[in-house]
Amino acid sequence: MPLQAIAFYVLAAVTVFAAVAVVFARNPVHSVLFLITTFFSAAGLFVLMGAEFLAMMLVVVYVGAVAVLFLFVVMMLDVDFASLRQGFARYLPLGALVAAVLTVEMVIVAADVAHLGAAASSTGPATPSAVMTNVEAIGAVLYTDYVYVFQAAGLVLLVAMIGAIVLTLKHRPGVKRQSVAAQMARTPKAGVRMVTINSGEGVDA
Amino acid sequence: MTALLMNYLPIVIFFAIAGALGAAFILAAAIVAPKAPDPEKLSAYECGFNAFDDARMKFDVRFYLVSILFIIFDLEVAFLFPWAVALMKMPHPTAVFAFWSMMGFLGVLTVGFIYEWRKGALEWE
Amino acid sequence: MTPVHLAALAAPQLLLAGASLVLLVVGAFRPKAIRLVAGLGVLSLLAAVGVVAIEPLGRAFGGDLVADQGAAFAEAVIYLASAAAILLGQPWFARRGQARFEFPILILIAALGMGMMCRAADLISLFVAIELQSLSLYILAAFEKSDGKSAEAGLKYFVLGALSTGIMLYGVSLIYGFAGGTSFARIAAAVAHGASGGVLFGLVFLICGLAFKVSAAPFHMWTPDVYEGAPTPVVGFFAGAPKLAAMVLLARVLTESFGPALAQWRQILVVMAILSVAVGALAGLRQSNLKRLWAYSSIASIGYALIGLAAGGPEGVQAMLVYMTLYVVDVTGFFACLAALAREGRPLESFADVSGLVRQRPGLAVAMTVFALSGLGLPPFSGLWGKFYVFKAAISAGLAPAAVAALIGSVVAAYYYLRLVKVMWLDAPEGQIDAPPAEAAGLAYAAAFFVFPVVLIALMALDPAARAAALALVQG
Repeated sequence: MPLQAIAFYVLAAVTVFAAVAVVFARNPVHSVLFLITTFFSAAGLFVLMGAEFLAMMLVVVYVGAVAVLFLFVVMMLDVDFASLRQGFARYLPLGALVAAVLTVEMVIVAADVAHLGAAASSTGPATPSAVMTNVEAIGAVLYTDYVYVFQAAGLVLLVAMIGAIVLTLKHRPGVKRQSVAAQMARTPKAGVRMVTINSGEGVDA
Repeated sequence: MTALLMNYLPIVIFFAIAGALGAAFILAAAIVAPKAPDPEKLSAYECGFNAFDDARMKFDVRFYLVSILFIIFDLEVAFLFPWAVALMKMPHPTAVFAFWSMMGFLGVLTVGFIYEWRKGALEWE
Repeated sequence: MTPVHLAALAAPQLLLAGASLVLLVVGAFRPKAIRLVAGLGVLSLLAAVGVVAIEPLGRAFGGDLVADQGAAFAEAVIYLASAAAILLGQPWFARRGQARFEFPILILIAALGMGMMCRAADLISLFVAIELQSLSLYILAAFEKSDGKSAEAGLKYFVLGALSTGIMLYGVSLIYGFAGGTSFARIAAAVAHGASGGVLFGLVFLICGLAFKVSAAPFHMWTPDVYEGAPTPVVGFFAGAPKLAAMVLLARVLTESFGPALAQWRQILVVMAILSVAVGALAGLRQSNLKRLWAYSSIASIGYALIGLAAGGPEGVQAMLVYMTLYVVDVTGFFACLAALAREGRPLESFADVSGLVRQRPGLAVAMTVFALSGLGLPPFSGLWGKFYVFKAAISAGLAPAAVAALIGSVVAAYYYLRLVKVMWLDAPEGQIDAPPAEAAGLAYAAAFFVFPVVLIALMALDPAARAAALALVQG
């Protein structure tokens, strides 16, 4: 148990530190790298709770794909982050107020948990048991009981695809593309012309 | 629970070794390497020119398109894992339903794939 | 339940999803057949209205999907408004050389998401449905690629929308944690014997997230900018239908799962309602751009609808439904007018642009006057009847002070509605106005005709339908 507690505190501390660093890093690329650290340590926290599948998804999807996308965006935008930061002091009071409200609320919620306990803990363990692993438990309900939202999630992904293409795809005119079908359909007749050349006259097209 | 976490012990060890090695190399370079700094040695002339410009430049938006399309299919694959694990352990009628449920999901994304292919979003020009 | 039975309960959703997939393939292979895709999109929305009218009622997927009169009523209105948006938008984009077949498909998917919102009685399907419609709307807001303002509108909408979704999701997780389940029935059971602090905080966050979607003050900041920048037909769409969907969802969450906590959420709604009416009235006074002005007008309208909802019970929900339905017609008609008006291809968007409109385009000027006066709530236009329902419900629920505050807001807002009328009727005209396109003008006339006098007859059908819908929503 103490080993687990140590692991938890280390991971939690790294998560919080990295999350703070995301906001305060001067270089936006460093921010993204700290974000990756945050994802990793959050994945570790998931493992500690026994939610293996979520942990792996966090690594595969967020670290593997989302963070890469963030890097692209950060590089693509070419934003002068120093100038973006100038409003920081101006909005600080408002931000601090919101943060204070959220903190107070979290304390109240935490007190509630300590006092009453969270009801969700009674609905079934997320931790794997001897009979069923985490992935299996999700698989057992996701495609049957939750089929409606599962299909809707597919549509959300479809919308994301349409959106990305509608908003960013533009074909530059005058770009020559390879057309495999046209190449394959080409016959010697279309490509080769036999000419008889008389001596001393040359070929003019 | 503890048994589960013991499965992750190799990963922890791996991280520890990786961290130790990384730290060791940096520290070794800082401690062992001979250092005789000299203004001439540190000047840009020794290893190139002074930078003309900021190193950050605008990327083409197409990189973004490719990576977001990648994320979408990455997520699709994420949905496949639990399906593959759980399908064969379900009772028969449920398994059939779950099978077709996944086929429907894949069908939606296949339509999306046809769409992006036809739109030429997968071509680089 | 057999798969066939499940499919019957989700019939309109299956129809719309199938239609959008088929149209996407059609569009991918025939990119030029935009009119065909748009036409089929309108047809499938109309078919969905028919399906909603005849499909069986019931619950499925543990509350993910509820088919009841409440959902059916709102869905019918939403699908009709979406069909109008395609009719209005497709030619509008075509005239600017921006026509793309994705437009009708995105409207279809947004309509599908809104339909799912109306039917959700589970936090998970609530979230997925909201995401489905919001994502489509973000893209639609930025649809006019060549226009920097449109891109800005899309970006603002997206960033603030994502923030509100995050807030809402936090609330959802709190509710789940303390109620021990995501279905509304389960939450109701947990709240029945006193709501704990955690659940209430979750509820507050959930309400904040939804308030953003309906642009109720103080979560309205995005509205004027987004309305100003987004393409006019798209604004007409997302000023109407999505708000109705979000209000129905709010009504279902609050009455079905948080019914016992009425006293707690009523205060929040009343405060938001009064703030919305005040912001809509006061900030609207300083606007010169008509799209921004109508953004504030819609903020104020949401305030009235929230008062209806705050009244609670079948009467309050009925008032909200009637008000929102009439509002959707009103706002669709107004933006159809704006879409119809242009001078040398440049759309008319400010007060100065429409001065003396009556001398050049009397029909559209009359239609716009009708919408303005209806927004103001003058008899005999539809706006009055909506407000009448709301005030009646508010007074019988003991919310008379809120009703009075809203009335004062109306009086202040009268200034800008009447100013618009005055500018159109009394000021001197300015330059030649292009011939209005048939579909936009036709839609505007149809909506104006509904606002008065058809509404007087329509209310006879609307009243019992909305009552049945409200009963279904409240009793769960």
